[in-house]
Amino acid sequence: MAIFPPAKAVWWNEPVEKSEILWVVIALLWSLFMFFMMPYWHITGKQNLSNEAYRISADAFAEKTEAMADKYTVGEVGDTGVPIVAPPVGTDVYLYGRRWEWWPALKFKKGETYRLHLSSLDWLHGFSLQPVNINLQVQPGYEMVVNITPTTSGEFSILCNEYCGIGHHTMVGKIYVTDK
Amino acid sequence: MTTALFRTCPDTGFKIDLKVDKLIKWNAVTAIVFLMVGGVFGLGVAMTRWPAVHLLPADWFYLALTAHGVDVLLVWLIFFEMALLYFCSAILLNSRLAAPKVAWVQYGMMLVGALITNVAILQGDSSVMFTSYVPMKAAPAFYLGIILFAVGALMGCFVFLGTLYIAKKEKTYEGSIPLVTFGALTACIIAIFTIGAGAVILIPTLLWSMDFINYIDPLIYKVIWWALGHASQQVNVAAHISVWYAIAAILFGAKPLSEKVSRTAFFLYILFLQLASAHHLLVDPGLSSEYKIFNTSYALYLAVLASMIHGLTVPGAIEAAQRKKGYNKGLFEWLRKAPWGNPVFSGMFLSLNMFGFLGGISGVMMGTEQLNIIIHNTIYVPGHFHGTVVVGTTLAFMAFSYWLVPTLWQRELVFPKLAKWQPYLFGLGMGMVSVLMMGAGTLGVPRRLWDMSYSDAAMPYEFPAAAFLMMGLNGVFALVAGVGAIIFIVQMVGTVMWGKKKVPAAAAPETAAAPAAPARTPEASAVSSYGSAGTMEVPGTFVLALIFLVTFMLYYFVNWKYLSSVWGLS
Ligand code: HEM
Ligand SMILES: [Cu+2]
Ligand SMILES: [Cu+2]
Repeated sequence: MAIFPPAKAVWWNEPVEKSEILWVVIALLWSLFMFFMMPYWHITGKQNLSNEAYRISADAFAEKTEAMADKYTVGEVGDTGVPIVAPPVGTDVYLYGRRWEWWPALKFKKGETYRLHLSSLDWLHGFSLQPVNINLQVQPGYEMVVNITPTTSGEFSILCNEYCGIGHHTMVGKIYVTDK
Repeated sequence: MTTALFRTCPDTGFKIDLKVDKLIKWNAVTAIVFLMVGGVFGLGVAMTRWPAVHLLPADWFYLALTAHGVDVLLVWLIFFEMALLYFCSAILLNSRLAAPKVAWVQYGMMLVGALITNVAILQGDSSVMFTSYVPMKAAPAFYLGIILFAVGALMGCFVFLGTLYIAKKEKTYEGSIPLVTFGALTACIIAIFTIGAGAVILIPTLLWSMDFINYIDPLIYKVIWWALGHASQQVNVAAHISVWYAIAAILFGAKPLSEKVSRTAFFLYILFLQLASAHHLLVDPGLSSEYKIFNTSYALYLAVLASMIHGLTVPGAIEAAQRKKGYNKGLFEWLRKAPWGNPVFSGMFLSLNMFGFLGGISGVMMGTEQLNIIIHNTIYVPGHFHGTVVVGTTLAFMAFSYWLVPTLWQRELVFPKLAKWQPYLFGLGMGMVSVLMMGAGTLGVPRRLWDMSYSDAAMPYEFPAAAFLMMGLNGVFALVAGVGAIIFIVQMVGTVMWGKKKVPAAAAPETAAAPAAPARTPEASAVSSYGSAGTMEVPGTFVLALIFLVTFMLYYFVNWKYLSSVWGLS
């Protein structure tokens, strides 16, 4: 019994029951399969993070973002004062989170790939693109680069899904995707 | 020093050091009180996330959520685990406890620490969640309390190790330590690692909150914090699996199918469970995919392998024991004829199944590097861990309490009828809470969010009606589970205070958990043999395991399919 010392002093060479051995083998194979699924998806899958990242200060990132917005602003989200920016395909796109907004709103073309740089100017935030359901962690002091390819068009929202203080539930941004 | 006084447990025949008796009682009762406090906060949170009810204002919601996380995840579980460590060492080994004074320091520091952190949270400027990610800052007392609590727990670990040493030296048992004690040792070793990691990150953070240090890198904080936060979940796993084995032994006299396999599985935990902090960093910048894949999978999923092994061997041991008693018809007579009205069994068996099906499968899914993209920080995550630490660990500890409390105090349960229902109310209620949060998370609903209708946001976003429906139902089932939790707490506190004294001969046979074995002499052990000896095959368990595997595979692939439908990322 498991609450008493093993019945046989030499328990390590007792025979192992058949169904137990079989299960260990099955479980091991499944474990290995799941492990190799990850590198496999890096090779064949279309949803992988680039791991490209840099250290950056909040000021420097804000500056780059504003420079991009100055060049490519095409409108405003309602009367929120947040610009809608339509960067040309092939340029670097910047988006920052800070308490409690995503800035700026972006306009993409479906099927094109954009080099999206993400960072936070203050605390941690969570980039949660809905209803697509892509979720990324946005860290202050780090600039993360993701190459993102919209495959559906319409209006999308960026919710914040990392708790970031009392205004967390008001932090929504926008990405618009137009058909080509 | 060897002047310890003992009493003999009339139910089990174990020799119980009177000092350890008292320590176990205080740790267990304190744990249960904090479960109550944390549970109340949890209900407040769940009632706020029920869109139609939306109980608390925003600041109180975030405060309650912080308190909930701290009080249940840390305080309730770790106090109970201290009781378990003392039980598995001193009592199971018929030994005196090493350094009872240090054990009281453990108790005192943990209690003071827990109180300090709770006060800091209630004062309102420490609503940082139990993860307290920098640069969000809490009051210094918040971190200080947690540090005291952790150092207290570390002392408990040392007392446990000391007791193992004394028992060996004083030859209070023969041969190897029991499997359950081995499981507790696993938990203890992981706990020591965990607390070390905690010290490395929380002490600088405390200094930072007092302005002695001016910068802590938020990514490095997260990496080290999760070496604490994730590994400590494996302490819970090792502890509740030990409890499963213990209950199988106590109720059924079940022997492990194979000591070798079960112990190796625990050993895999020691080797690999320290990994997996990357579960929480899979979509963070600045870490390589190689690191993420290796770490998130516990090397080659070797710790998952270990859990799958326990998932077979625990019910397998029960099946073998039941078949030996003659419940041999068909695949499942052994299970049908199990004592489903005994909360010790029903709680344990629900815990075993729901931990595997809800907590386990979802954990592996979301711990997969790329799949994490579709659930990170959504309410899927709390859905997952209410499937692990609540219907897994908490329910297992509840089941064990139904045996431990009447046995240690030698009192009968105050409400034996209610006790029959309690594991189902709490377990199934929580199981639904877990499933519904996972469902809403799949639709993208964020965790730790006061208002999913975004009515205060400058830009609107509307979740599909199904998401609102699931969060509403989540509230309903949280109430069901809440009733279950209240019954448990009243039952335990009531039993301790007003329970009828047991007649020494241990009259109550079933609900009060009949004695497992008479006083055991070394010779008695020679009679018992391997669980798997003779004809012992466990076909029923094997079929259950295959059902589990197929569910696991289907769910795993469905999520890859889902991932493949989202925008391209490279
Ligand atoms: C009546 C019992 C309980 C109810 C109704 C409940 C409900 C909830 C809800 C609704 C959340 C919030 C999810 C969110 O908004 O992010 C939550 C979070 C959480 N729960 Fe529970 N829970 C209960 C018991 C427990 C127990 C027993 C444990 C641990 C052993 C636990 C551990 C946690 C943790 C760690 C969190 C995360 C806190 C955070 O995000 O910082 N819960 N719970
Ligand atoms: Cu935010
Ligand atoms: Cu936020």
